[in-house]
Amino acid sequence: MDLVIARPEGLYCPAGDFYIDPWRPVERSVITHAHGDHARNGNQHYLASSASEGILRARLGQDINLQTLAYGQRLTHHGVTLSFHPAGHVLGSAQVRLEYGGEVWVASGDYKIEPDGTCAPFEPVRCHTFITESTFGLPIYRWQPQAQVFNEINQWWQANIAAGKASVLFCYSFGKAQRILHGIDASLGPILSHGAVEPLNRVYREAGVYLPPTIYAGDVKKSDPIMRQALVIAPPSAGGSTWMRRFGDYSDAFASGWMRLRGTRRRRGVDRGFVLSDHADWPGLLWAIEQTGAERVMVTHGSIGVLVRHLREQGLDAQGFNTEYGDDEEENIGAEPVIAEVQA
Amino acid sequence: MKAFAELYAELDATTSSNAKLAAMQTYFAQAAPQDAAWAVYFLSGGRPRQLVPVRILRELAVEVSGLQPWLFEESYQSVGDLAETISLVLPENSHSSEAGLAEWIEDKLLPLRGETPEYLARHLPALWAQLDRPSLMLCIKLITGSFRVGVSKLLVTRALASMAGLDSKRVAQRLVGYTDLSNRPNATSYLKLIAPESADEHAQRGGQPYPFFLAHALSQPVEEFEALLGPASNWQVEWKWDGIRAQVVKREGRLWVWSRGEELVTERFPEFDTLVHALPDGTVIDGEIVVWKSTHPSTEDAFDPQSSAPPAVQPFALLQQRIGRKTLDKKILEEVPVVVLAYDLLEWQGEDWRNRPQAERRAQLEQVIAHGNNPVLLASPILTGSDWFDLAQQREASRRLGVEGMMLKARDALYGVGRTKDMGVWWKWKVDPFSVDAVLIYAQRGHGRRASLYSDYTFAVWDGPPESSQRALVPFAKAYSGLTDEEMRQVDSIVRKTTVEKFGPVSSVKPSLVFELGFEGIALSRRHKSGIAVRFPRMLRWRQDKTVDEADSLATLQDLLA
Repeated sequence: MDLVIARPEGLYCPAGDFYIDPWRPVERSVITHAHGDHARNGNQHYLASSASEGILRARLGQDINLQTLAYGQRLTHHGVTLSFHPAGHVLGSAQVRLEYGGEVWVASGDYKIEPDGTCAPFEPVRCHTFITESTFGLPIYRWQPQAQVFNEINQWWQANIAAGKASVLFCYSFGKAQRILHGIDASLGPILSHGAVEPLNRVYREAGVYLPPTIYAGDVKKSDPIMRQALVIAPPSAGGSTWMRRFGDYSDAFASGWMRLRGTRRRRGVDRGFVLSDHADWPGLLWAIEQTGAERVMVTHGSIGVLVRHLREQGLDAQGFNTEYGDDEEENIGAEPVIAEVQA
Repeated sequence: MKAFAELYAELDATTSSNAKLAAMQTYFAQAAPQDAAWAVYFLSGGRPRQLVPVRILRELAVEVSGLQPWLFEESYQSVGDLAETISLVLPENSHSSEAGLAEWIEDKLLPLRGETPEYLARHLPALWAQLDRPSLMLCIKLITGSFRVGVSKLLVTRALASMAGLDSKRVAQRLVGYTDLSNRPNATSYLKLIAPESADEHAQRGGQPYPFFLAHALSQPVEEFEALLGPASNWQVEWKWDGIRAQVVKREGRLWVWSRGEELVTERFPEFDTLVHALPDGTVIDGEIVVWKSTHPSTEDAFDPQSSAPPAVQPFALLQQRIGRKTLDKKILEEVPVVVLAYDLLEWQGEDWRNRPQAERRAQLEQVIAHGNNPVLLASPILTGSDWFDLAQQREASRRLGVEGMMLKARDALYGVGRTKDMGVWWKWKVDPFSVDAVLIYAQRGHGRRASLYSDYTFAVWDGPPESSQRALVPFAKAYSGLTDEEMRQVDSIVRKTTVEKFGPVSSVKPSLVFELGFEGIALSRRHKSGIAVRFPRMLRWRQDKTVDEADSLATLQDLLA
């Protein structure tokens, strides 16, 4: 019997009668991580990792009916034993391990292999059936070590300081932004963050993740000379908006796995594209799948067809799951909640 | 190689002309002359013929990457650029080659042409392994002859001129013919480009043509012409021919014919050989090569818009058939005869005439043609009208005459370089394009900036009137330009939702989208299912107000043929 099946509401566990990251409101939901396409409003019950509690409440409301488990802690519901294991994607992100009648399934949500210091690193979990994402499921996607990318960002920032320009770096405001803040050389100059990024920085700091001091961009006047030396972290949606006017002459860049391709880089129309993703690259996906020891693999959002065919050629029983998850490397996540500005 | 790859990456990453100019100046200031020689060649559009068949490149890439062929193909479809795909799937190497661009081209890449697959399989991967990823992508682009980067020849010229402290028109003059296949760039030829001006420069040109003077589009309504251009009598007005722009150079007892792309095409047009006797040495004529079949009693008559006989100038499609031929047999020379319709004189008696007024050049040109008295050299006739409205009315005959509209040249204008406007202006006053409403039936993902977006479309019209129940959509044109990025994204998402079937990179879609398609010319064609071929098709408008049933039919196209 399949422990997880695809239903119109989301991925469903019939034995336990609950959904994993449902995209329509349900009675019981298990949430892998707090990105808007995986954690949605309107469910009666939420179960998630303890590490994701701060962000989930900040985004979905302080009053949601949320129960949390520490990584590795087990809970049995209708005979299904459930536990969360780090997925290395963003703060609090988890793989969900389900065990029932000797069968083990792992739903991994979104994951990244390389540890980044802002969240618990990915841990492979042995299972019979592994549910994997496939956002970057093509062999053209192979990431450089992140240290190299941070180096490139530092160099770009430094060159802009020398030219007297602000450095505006667009990236996804939850996860990518904090990973960049954690990784760059903060001694180079002041760091400003957009109103969509700053509240999330606070949640990360409260969770004990080190982020260098940041200044809310709205507090800095256009005439202030620190603008010419600042690194500005902003969501992609700020690009081309009137919000950008305050920076005068600036250089802009975009950080995403999609920047690996010339075409997407050029389409984005920014000065620089940094290849930095919170998802596994092609070798990462294959490594993770292999580590689980699973013989059966269900492939969700991304290059489903390609990954399924490739895994079948490797002798695995692979099939696709159609889901409604978005792409947090771009901007097209359905309803991304905005955290209200909290007074510091 | 690495330095040129870095320049390429810089040019590719920015849309600012100043940034591109600065990047090129930095590169040229540091590059060895023999490397700079090749860099100028590639940047200004030079392309050696393909060195290795694409099929072999793919096979080797599949082998070295260890990927299944289908997985390589999927990757290619997603990237939309073969060289980039190969550079992304091959193992990453640190750059270990010290060799410069010239050494790479001359010693490593050019010798690959014509080699056996076995030889290539032994040597290519070893070459690849010496290059980092940006250099590898560039190397493959050079091998396939698909190197393209967003700089104009003008910008390359400016970069060289400012570095060498020369007038950029002088550099443009020296660059003419530089990218021709027969030219092999080297340190000497590069140093000549940037050398200080010399007195005997003019005498040493051999068959060198002049940079073409290019026209600007005029799209204002005729009511504004008087205010914009002054009285019509100040202008030399001609038809805008739909042929191949060319310069005929006669010097030292020899004749050279150059196309607008600065390609030497003398051998493609043997009928012009006789001009070697008709023109004195030191003569350069600018004009248009067209296919010419006159049933008119005289040449003057052939240009008369009122004439009842069919126009002598034939559609461009016919000329294209002839250009495509590897060998020109007697049959094709008889069936597709060409002439030069001359409209300017750039050199006379060995003297550069480009700084003389248009009217003076024209008067002398007519003398030269009359004196030459050769049936393949005709003067493009001058049109006269009492005012702009009169000319606008005459322009209505464009379609029937097989021309694109009119050319307006100020009588006192000098002959400029490229698209300059400071020495006088040429305006092209084109007639509105043909247009029909057509249905999108196939979509294919684009390349480069549009990789992974469905941006290339095939359009169809109905093969019967709305009342016929059996009618079907027949494809007749492909188009990929004319939409804004935003519209393209919308169409892309509709294509993804309405895909019926996939044939490799092509998706057939459920017909639901109607576009107004514009095109410049239309001709009968046996190669197309619809029996019709159109020229320069592009999307003018997305007709969101029209349903598929309201799209045009083949009959509409056939009416345009008449």
